Amino acid sequence: MELYRSHVLVCGGTGCHSSGSADLIEHFNRDLKKYGIEKEVKVVQTGCFGLCEVGPVVIVYPEGAFYSRVKDEDVTEIVSEHLVKGRIVKHLLYHDSVDGDHEIKSLDEVPFYQKQMRVALRNCGVINPENIDEYIAFDGYMALGKVLTEMTPEDVIDILKESGLRGRGGAGFPAGLKWEFTYKAQGDKKFVACNADEGDPGAFMDRSILEGDPHSVIEAMTIAGYTVGADQGYIYVRAEYPIAVERLTKAIAQAREYGLLGKNILGTDFSFDLELRLGAGAFVCGEETALMASIEGDRGEPRPRPPFPAVKGLFGKPTLLNNVETYANIPQIILKGPKWFQGIGTERSKGTKVFALGGKINNTGLVEVPMGTTLREIIYEIGGGIPEGKTFKAAQTGGPSGGCIPAEHLDTPIDYDSLTAIGSMMGSGGLIVMDEDNCMVDIARFFLEFTVEESCGKCPPCRIGTKRMLDLLNKIAEGKGEEGDLEKLEELGEGIKIASLCGLGQSAPNPVLSTIKYFREEYEEHIRDKKCRAGVCQALLQYIIIEDKCRSCGLCARVCPVNAISGQKKQPYVIDQDSCIKCGACMERCPFDAIVKR
Amino acid sequence: MKTLKELEEIRQRTLESVNLRKDRTGARVVVGMATCGIAAGARPILMAFLEEIKNRSLKDITVTQTGCIGVCRLEPMVEVYLPGKDKVTYVKMTPEKVKRVVAEHLVNNQVVQEFTIGAAEKND
Repeated sequence: MELYRSHVLVCGGTGCHSSGSADLIEHFNRDLKKYGIEKEVKVVQTGCFGLCEVGPVVIVYPEGAFYSRVKDEDVTEIVSEHLVKGRIVKHLLYHDSVDGDHEIKSLDEVPFYQKQMRVALRNCGVINPENIDEYIAFDGYMALGKVLTEMTPEDVIDILKESGLRGRGGAGFPAGLKWEFTYKAQGDKKFVACNADEGDPGAFMDRSILEGDPHSVIEAMTIAGYTVGADQGYIYVRAEYPIAVERLTKAIAQAREYGLLGKNILGTDFSFDLELRLGAGAFVCGEETALMASIEGDRGEPRPRPPFPAVKGLFGKPTLLNNVETYANIPQIILKGPKWFQGIGTERSKGTKVFALGGKINNTGLVEVPMGTTLREIIYEIGGGIPEGKTFKAAQTGGPSGGCIPAEHLDTPIDYDSLTAIGSMMGSGGLIVMDEDNCMVDIARFFLEFTVEESCGKCPPCRIGTKRMLDLLNKIAEGKGEEGDLEKLEELGEGIKIASLCGLGQSAPNPVLSTIKYFREEYEEHIRDKKCRAGVCQALLQYIIIEDKCRSCGLCARVCPVNAISGQKKQPYVIDQDSCIKCGACMERCPFDAIVKR
Repeated sequence: MKTLKELEEIRQRTLESVNLRKDRTGARVVVGMATCGIAAGARPILMAFLEEIKNRSLKDITVTQTGCIGVCRLEPMVEVYLPGKDKVTYVKMTPEKVKRVVAEHLVNNQVVQEFTIGAAEKND
């Protein structure tokens, strides 16, 4: 491989890709040729850097200059100034990456990265995911080599058990035990599978790992195959992740070419191969039994457990099923040892966790922190706080299966057990931040609408129960709530949790139950006072003209589509509340800000 | 099919080229590449450094460029920073001189006194 004096790393994750990073790469290459420095400077497409908020992101090494929100015309300037003349284009740098003296800080010192610890994401944004050699350069496939030449399956299981790694898909089952069960299960054939059916709204941890470092998952699954005695693996990934699918396909082909997949891997007598299965985007297919049914070609519906997949999984054979992020941790644990991994995190939750930060937060993006980091650190130090200085209200972890965490629990260390203790759950890692402008009834309704839509319909508690809960929530949001509705919601929710067949139904009431638990008075306001304090529930709002501010210009009356506003010259105008449809057109039109929503 | 040994070879080979993306430690070679430097032939100097470092499989060395160092009559100029040492400025560089700087300074830690700016000033 040629040596270059400078590397230009352009983020090729889905976020930056959709804001045009592929065009930037083309433009860089074109301009480098124009100046005749294409042999000195290399342009590399990488996976996600995590700071999606300021994408497309470009980092130029060796200086480590972090350019954010790079536009096409900026490329011309970066090439002619930075790459040709060696002058860093300071006004294009990410503002947090320079200190007071305009000196570039190392990436570890940028607030967004300072508190992070990258294990599963270690190669994301560093290597070119489409080049297996770069993965190998950063110790890739060395763990597989070590396992195949020096270790027995029992050794691998012992290391995993000692490390304390728990499943990153949400439930947090100890990975070592799962591997051991599958290893010990009797079967003439076994399978290894990877759950990449990431379905929580706002979650993109697994996608970013697959896009940024696909080989880490392939390597770990091959290690898993050797350990449990399987020669075939499946990665079940959503078809709506086209970049992840493309990079996985390329990575599998490269691994086969190098003999890291296929027959007699690394010259040993172990053989293993991988295939992709594309999911059509049903949320329930992230549930393990439904996922396996879908791989087999059947309708994606869950079945009762036991038998667990370790005993009776794919095609009726013992199957090891782990999540993407769980796999991505494994090569590092093998190479650095269980003690290293054990040293990170809290007593019962070891290692790190990747979160997709979304909602009302300044640094929307992908972060990886040691377990035990508090929500406050994630939101205020890494996430940069809430936009426009608004007040934090709650954060939702675990998506539609999780619950909300109110401000009083901001200092809870995030790990599996403490999140469960406060009525939420770790989940796969979606973290949605809400501020004073979010209505908790509306949030609960949003998540429940999602689960109602995604319920597979096999069991009545989930199919009918969640629908009835949604009816009640709609009733409350429309101002028709009655005394006793909250109690009905709670009773229904508890029943659905106990009686549903699979994890989707068992966790579907969580967003409702936890918002009632922490924001009961807000629900009660909706029911008793017919008031929505966040101003979200349209039916409970009134548009009102403030008499003092009204100059009787009549513009509001003219834009009102239902003629609900009347008035005459020199008299304040009035909105007839019965005919108002709350479209807000009058408020937008008023030049004197005389119309308010309350 | 690859053996573990071949894998290790790929790792070593690729590491040299991706090392650039790690944090900056080790030696840094800075070539003055303003108009004056480029006109005096700085680009072949930069390429010669890259070539020489590659041929000798040296690790942890950054080759980068900067603007005008200030003494345009002595271009092409190169500054070498070794960790914990003072900066050494070489002047009127040629590809032949680059070979000696790499061999003596970067590999053996011996400054090539006769090429430095101090020596050039004395001769003037």
